[in-house]
Amino acid sequence: MRAPNANEILLQVEGVALAFGGVKALRDVSFNVKKGEIRAIIGPNGAGKTSMLNVVNGFYHPNHGAITFKGSTRSKMQPFEAARGGIARTFQNVALFKGMSALDNIMAGRTLKVRRGLLWQLLRYGPALAEEIEHRRKVEEIIDFLEIETIRKVPVGRLPYGLQKRVELGRALAMEPDLLLLDEPMAGMNLEEKEDMSRFIIDVNNHYGTTIALIEHDMAVVMDLSDRVAVLDHGVKIADGTPDEVKRSQAVIDAYLGVAH
Amino acid sequence: MIALGQFLEVLIGGLMSGVLYSLVALGFVLIFKASGVFNYAQGAMVLLAGLALVRALDLLVANGLPLWVAVILAIGFAAVIMAATAWLIERFVIGPLVNQDGLTLFMSTIGVTFVIEGAAEMIFGSDVYPLRLFPTDAWFLFEGLFPGGILVNKLDVWGALIAGVLVAGLAVFFQRTKTGRALRAVADDHLAAHSIGIPISWIWFVVWLVAGLVALVAATVWGTKLGVQFSITFLALKALPVLIIGGLTSIPGAIVGGLIVGAGEKLAEVYLGPSIGGGIEYWFAYVLALAVLLLRPQGLFGERIIERV
Repeated sequence: MRAPNANEILLQVEGVALAFGGVKALRDVSFNVKKGEIRAIIGPNGAGKTSMLNVVNGFYHPNHGAITFKGSTRSKMQPFEAARGGIARTFQNVALFKGMSALDNIMAGRTLKVRRGLLWQLLRYGPALAEEIEHRRKVEEIIDFLEIETIRKVPVGRLPYGLQKRVELGRALAMEPDLLLLDEPMAGMNLEEKEDMSRFIIDVNNHYGTTIALIEHDMAVVMDLSDRVAVLDHGVKIADGTPDEVKRSQAVIDAYLGVAH
Repeated sequence: MIALGQFLEVLIGGLMSGVLYSLVALGFVLIFKASGVFNYAQGAMVLLAGLALVRALDLLVANGLPLWVAVILAIGFAAVIMAATAWLIERFVIGPLVNQDGLTLFMSTIGVTFVIEGAAEMIFGSDVYPLRLFPTDAWFLFEGLFPGGILVNKLDVWGALIAGVLVAGLAVFFQRTKTGRALRAVADDHLAAHSIGIPISWIWFVVWLVAGLVALVAATVWGTKLGVQFSITFLALKALPVLIIGGLTSIPGAIVGGLIVGAGEKLAEVYLGPSIGGGIEYWFAYVLALAVLLLRPQGLFGERIIERV
């Protein structure tokens, strides 16, 4: 799965612009994500990375431009519709259900997959029970995969930050998404945690074949991980290509290191 | 033996009326748990549900329907009214205020209170309407053991039974169903809930609907006890100390808080009344709530409030 299928485009972002009052967060940004690849969007702080992710996921509606996902084009969409379409995401500052256990958090990720109605579930009988068991099996598989067996019953609010990030990844995986959006998955982590998270991201991509688009400002991590990298600066895309190409781009070096005026 | 008999009678009577406070407090807890909104309108919703029920029932009986058919139809009608109310509140009040401060939402529910009270009385009338869904006579228990026996009101027993069934049902709903899980998820984090595909507007409708149905249940019992009338809205005030004692986020807390308030105020009235003057019933719950606030601000069963700075 590591070799992306060169022809099939999963997500196409075309000329997206987004402004908050006078602040132009994104200006005419276009890029695509191919099926099966790990795609990174990097840039200095305030470059518009998270805004871009929020547009794809439906939290923000772009002022201009269109987004084509799995062949259907739209400019406005609610987040839960994006989720139904197969887009899952994590958040920069971890958005978990803090009062619920790790297991319940990941089970919550199965919400859209539950088919039986409320009454069946209240009775906990027959097909509904069988379905619940099936979901639980799937969730346990993810828990094993992310090596968080020992914390499954712990309310996530009590977990250390690195583990919370892992639970959040688990919840996104439980949705069995076509496209997984990761918002700074390594932010605030120490080196060891970063290495763990990188390994999980690559494993997810290999094992489940999930297409991943991630945002980072730590260049080193991204270069090892991704197939292709797009670079944003002040809401404008300044480079796009393989990690090596991007590394050599003068515009990227200027954006990260500053340029003499 | 007379002393013990009297004590038991007061205690049981107090516990049973405490259950009725719990029924009202439950509605508050449900909405607060699921949306972080303190719903001031819960008392008004009990009034609305009661009025819709009793007026429909009177009309149907007057048209010659057998009582049991009329009761079922009237309960159905009141449930539909509560569903419509839930939809309107979500659509026009809570929905547009999504992501606003808790205090803003609280203020909006005060507005909702006035609208519901006004609309309910305008549509269904503003008299005192007697409701006879449950027997209101009394049992005398253990007449051999205590002289005169222990008086237990049948209505209170019904109230306790209904509250028990309601709480068990709600517990299963919250813990075991996808919608229940979604409710808890929305309560914890709106954005995250959105991102895993939970449509918040639908969930909030469900929450207000459930709270509306709990209000309907409370209205059947309270309406039988007091008659359906405007003063039912003041029940909301009695539910406040119950919530503070039990904890705003806990369903068991609402029940236990109600029992403590109910038993406490009756016992205090009977045993402290002669020495410090009567009327203890009216302030006892609030003083108890103050004490709980000082010693355990999150309530007996509430989630411990931890603020990370």
